[in-house]
Amino acid sequence: MLDPLRVRADFPILAREAHPGVPLVYLDSTATAQKPRMVIEAMDHYYRCYNANVHRGLHRLAEDATEAYEGARERVAQFINAPEAAEVIFVRNTTEAINLVANSWGRANLRPGDEILLTEMEHHSNLVPWQLVAQAAGAVVRYLPFTPDGLLDLARLPEFLTDRTKVFAFTAMSNVFGTINPVQELVTAAHAVGAITLVDAAQSVPHLPVDVQALGCDFLAFSAHKMCGPTGIGALYGKRDLLEAMPPFLGGGEMIRRVTFEGSTWNELPWKFEAGTPSIAEAVGLGAAVEYLDAIGMDEIQAHEHFITHYALEALSEVPGLTLLGPAAGQKGGVAAFTLRGLHPHDVAQVLDQEGIAVRAGHHCAMPLHSKLGLPGSTRASFYLYTTTAEVDKLVVGLERVRQVFRQ
Amino acid sequence: MDFDLYREQIIELYENPLNQGVLEAADFSYEEDNPLCGDVIRIDARVDDQGRLAEVKWSGNGCAISQAAASLLTEEVKGLSLAEVKAFPKERLLELIGIPLSMNRVKCALLSLKVLKAGAYGIPEPEEMRKAE
Repeated sequence: MLDPLRVRADFPILAREAHPGVPLVYLDSTATAQKPRMVIEAMDHYYRCYNANVHRGLHRLAEDATEAYEGARERVAQFINAPEAAEVIFVRNTTEAINLVANSWGRANLRPGDEILLTEMEHHSNLVPWQLVAQAAGAVVRYLPFTPDGLLDLARLPEFLTDRTKVFAFTAMSNVFGTINPVQELVTAAHAVGAITLVDAAQSVPHLPVDVQALGCDFLAFSAHKMCGPTGIGALYGKRDLLEAMPPFLGGGEMIRRVTFEGSTWNELPWKFEAGTPSIAEAVGLGAAVEYLDAIGMDEIQAHEHFITHYALEALSEVPGLTLLGPAAGQKGGVAAFTLRGLHPHDVAQVLDQEGIAVRAGHHCAMPLHSKLGLPGSTRASFYLYTTTAEVDKLVVGLERVRQVFRQ
Repeated sequence: MDFDLYREQIIELYENPLNQGVLEAADFSYEEDNPLCGDVIRIDARVDDQGRLAEVKWSGNGCAISQAAASLLTEEVKGLSLAEVKAFPKERLLELIGIPLSMNRVKCALLSLKVLKAGAYGIPEPEEMRKAE
C-alpha cells in the first residue's frame, strides 16, 4: 500500500505554506501535478552537465544530450507499452498532439460529409482542433451524449458511430466528472465501422496503468505536467502505418531528410513530426517522471487514488447544499467536481484559497459539458499519489468556512 | 490570515442587492457576459431631459464580486450625466468594492461598468468598447 506521507517527502513544494502560517493543501493535480525532486534534479543536471542540441553535433555533450533525449522516449514507450519507441512523438502537450493528428491525418483523410465523433465530456483540447479541421474539410462533428450520471451513453453509440464516422476521438478519463471510459470497448466499436481512434489520455496516463497495445487505439495523447513531469512536453503515440502515411504537421529543421530549393523529403519516424529543436530538458524531466511513477507502481497509485476518492466523495456528500458531478467512486478517477447551492464556484475557490486549499473553479476547459448541465462552472478538487485523507478533511472544514462566510 | 477578502459589504450586497431589476421604458439597455466565469450583467437606464441618469437597474447572475459591484456602481452613477458615465474611472469602482482583487477577479468586478459604458455609448464602437474595458 502506498504511503502518501513518504511520497510527500519527495515533493519539495508540498512543504511550503500557501499563505504565512497556512499550510498548502494542493487539490488541483488534475490541472497540473506537483514535481518530485528527482524530476527537478534530472532537468537541473541536464542544464548543468550536458546541455547541447540533439541529433546534430558530433561532440561529447551532443552525444550525451541525444542519448538522454532518446532514452526518455524509450522509457515513455515502455511506460505505455508502445511496440516501438519510434511510435512515440514528443510534442508540447496533449493539445498539440491532438492538433497534430487533426491537421495532419485530418486534412489528408477527411472529405465533405465525413463525420468526426467526439463526446459531450471532452476537454476543449479534444474539441476545438476537430471543429477547426471539420470546418476546413467540410466534415461534420458529432457528440456522443453523457447520461445524468456523467457516463457515456453507450446505448446510443450505434446511432452516432456509423460508416460515415472517420475518426472517433474521446477522453479516457473526464477531467470534470472523473469518469473512466471503456476505452477498449469504444476502440473496438470504432474499428468495426472502419473509423480510426484517438484517445485523450491526459487524465488516464498519470493515474492508471495504460497499455496502448491492449487498448488497440490508433493514437493516444498525454502531457508530462499532469504526471509529475515538467510543462512544455507531452507525447503522441500513433500506430506506425498511420504515422508513415501522414504528411508532416510542422516544417523546419530536424523533420527533413533532404532540403532543396525545389522541395524537401521527410525524416523518418518519429523525427518527421518533431520540427525544430525540441524541449530537451523537458524530455529528460518526463523520462525521470516516468521512472518515478514506475518505481512506485501505477497499480499502487491507482489504488491509493481510488481509496482517497471514495473517502472524499463520502465526506463531501455530507456537506449541506453540495451536489457532486459525475459517477460514483467505483467508476471514476481522483476527481471530485461539485456545486455548492447558491454560490458561484469562484467565490467558493477564493474562500478555500484563504484556508490554503488550492482547487480549480470554473468550466475546467469543458464549457459544453457545463452548458449541458446548466451550470456556469463547478468547483473541482482532484487527488494524486501525494493526497492524504487529512487534506480531504481540511477541504470539508474549508467548505464549512465558505458556508459561514456566505451565511448559508 | 486575512479573512476580510469578502468584506461584510460584499456579502451583504450579494444577499440584498441594490437597484436590481429591469426597466420597461429604458433609454438604453445593454447586456454582456464573461464566458470564463459565466457572470452575466444587464443594465437598463432611463435618461432625463438634462441628459442625466434618472434611473438605473441591473439584472444578471454570477459571483459575489460581480453582483456586488453592479449594486455599488448603479448606486454611484445615479444622477451622473452621460459624459460622466462614459468617463467613469474603473479605479473608482474598485475603490468602492474596497477589497484587494487578483487579476482574474478584476474582470468580474468591472463587468457592470463595461456594460454600463457600452450602453451609454449607444451602439458600441469597437474602439469605445476597448476603452470601456
